[in-house]
Amino acid sequence: MKQFKGRVIVPGTCTAEALVSHSGFNTLASFQMAIMFNKKGIPCGDQNNPDIYNQKMQGKALCLPITIGSTTGGMILYTVLAAGKAPACMLFSESIDSLAASGAIMGDVWTDSSMPVIDRLGPEFLSTVQTGMKVTVKEDGIVEIE
Amino acid sequence: MVLTPEQQALLDGSKGEVMAKIVKTLVMYGDTFGAERMVPVTGKYGHTVISYGLKVLGPVLDVFDEIIDAGLTDGQKFTADPRPLDRNVPSNLLEDLVFKKIMYTDQGRYEKQMEKLGILNDDAYTCTCYLDQVGNKPEKGEILSWAESSAVVYANSVLGARCNRNSGIIELFGSVAGFVPEFGLLTDEGRKAKWIVEVNCEKKPEPQLLGSAIGMKVMEDVPYVKGLDKWLGNELTDAACTYLKDFGAATASNGAVGLYHIEGLTPEAKELGETLISEDAQVYVIDDAELERVKANYPVIWKDKEARPELCFIGCPHLTFKQLCDWTDAIDKRLEENGLTKLSVPTVFTASPAVIKEFEKTDKANILKRSGGIVSYICALMYMNNPLCKKKAVITCSNKLRTYTSARYYTEDEILRIITRKEARP
Repeated sequence: MKQFKGRVIVPGTCTAEALVSHSGFNTLASFQMAIMFNKKGIPCGDQNNPDIYNQKMQGKALCLPITIGSTTGGMILYTVLAAGKAPACMLFSESIDSLAASGAIMGDVWTDSSMPVIDRLGPEFLSTVQTGMKVTVKEDGIVEIE
Repeated sequence: MVLTPEQQALLDGSKGEVMAKIVKTLVMYGDTFGAERMVPVTGKYGHTVISYGLKVLGPVLDVFDEIIDAGLTDGQKFTADPRPLDRNVPSNLLEDLVFKKIMYTDQGRYEKQMEKLGILNDDAYTCTCYLDQVGNKPEKGEILSWAESSAVVYANSVLGARCNRNSGIIELFGSVAGFVPEFGLLTDEGRKAKWIVEVNCEKKPEPQLLGSAIGMKVMEDVPYVKGLDKWLGNELTDAACTYLKDFGAATASNGAVGLYHIEGLTPEAKELGETLISEDAQVYVIDDAELERVKANYPVIWKDKEARPELCFIGCPHLTFKQLCDWTDAIDKRLEENGLTKLSVPTVFTASPAVIKEFEKTDKANILKRSGGIVSYICALMYMNNPLCKKKAVITCSNKLRTYTSARYYTEDEILRIITRKEARP
């Protein structure tokens, strides 16, 4: 087991299977078709992201550097949260970007959803964690992978 | 973050629970990025990225209802992104059914909400709100509460206004509250370049391809771009602004760029020069081969990669008046050279309602119509956001549209060649 410490953006705890994107996670491109057409498990629709394209994101520990793309990103993330179809948590190796932060914070303030969000876990986190690994998020920003 | 007594009172509920939640969201948003205070929104108008009543966006529209029901409708007026539907754009019966009965069933509800919240006018739906015809053009140094990645990067870079890459909803919260947290691109430090991009191309780079390459490399950082002066000059002419509009949209969608500086051209680069570059800035050299490499790596997700193009979209972001005129002239000339009168691919040229009105006053509108070209105010991206379109062989010269949909990217010259040939083949 390996442990990493990050900064808590939205507090919470969870244990889930890792889904790892090594390139910037395009929120709109990843979620839009799945959420719009209610696709089971919310498969990633971003053709430019071979790491996770077509892989189911709902309930997963989404590990990523940052999010990229359109400024609808936060709104889409908020919608996914409000619909109860979000990843179990979002774990950023870098500092969170303004779009992901917006969506996560709006989800926290405006819905009853619970999706822990941790950033600044460092580059080693992203080079260590692999899709399919078990990830545990603790209240204080500690992330364990095994 | 230190709030003024007035802001603290809003957070404590002096103007009701909904305003308190709006301020709480803005405070948490600012705290995440180390903001120490809120600053007033000084731009005259806002701009929202939300322009569609998608059924699935019900939770977002519910937030709008909460704001309206709470009577918080006296914030700044705003423009919005393009509408998703236009009967002029080709669609079959099945697509119409999907658009109207499954996807955009809440469009009427949404547009009524926008009227109550303060949409500038019925023609204010465009991603190019900053064009003169539309009238939402902020001044240098003004603080904005905008979303729409292509508009934000334009306002920051070409106009010198100050705006973070806000998400949809957050931008309206800033317009309602009248203040936004001060961080990132609102600060001098946040506007410094972390990348020097040296453009060493032999020919003028396609703006949407150059922007794509830079966006993919620098992600959310600010690039300081050198070497474009031989093509763009040192003044923000209409031609230079148009180039930067398309360039910026690609940097923002293929990466997450919210601000770029062009050496000797954009306002802050002209004023502050290389003092805008951070000491630890990295360098990215771009030549013709690098652009070819980037283009060759775009995935083609058409089922039949050799399919004959069925539809072409030009204008994401929306075209300027001059671009509409230039495309018309180029098509007219090329069709005549090829002994043809009609485009071989149904082609939609998208522009703001105000630009379309101006274009329709000219003879060129008839020329384009005669060639089979369709002019629309639609958002091509929203049009293509459905599984039916994924099966369609759609081509485009927009790198933003390519990024978010199954549309296949070609340069503007390639698009012109394809749509004006007798048989539409790449």
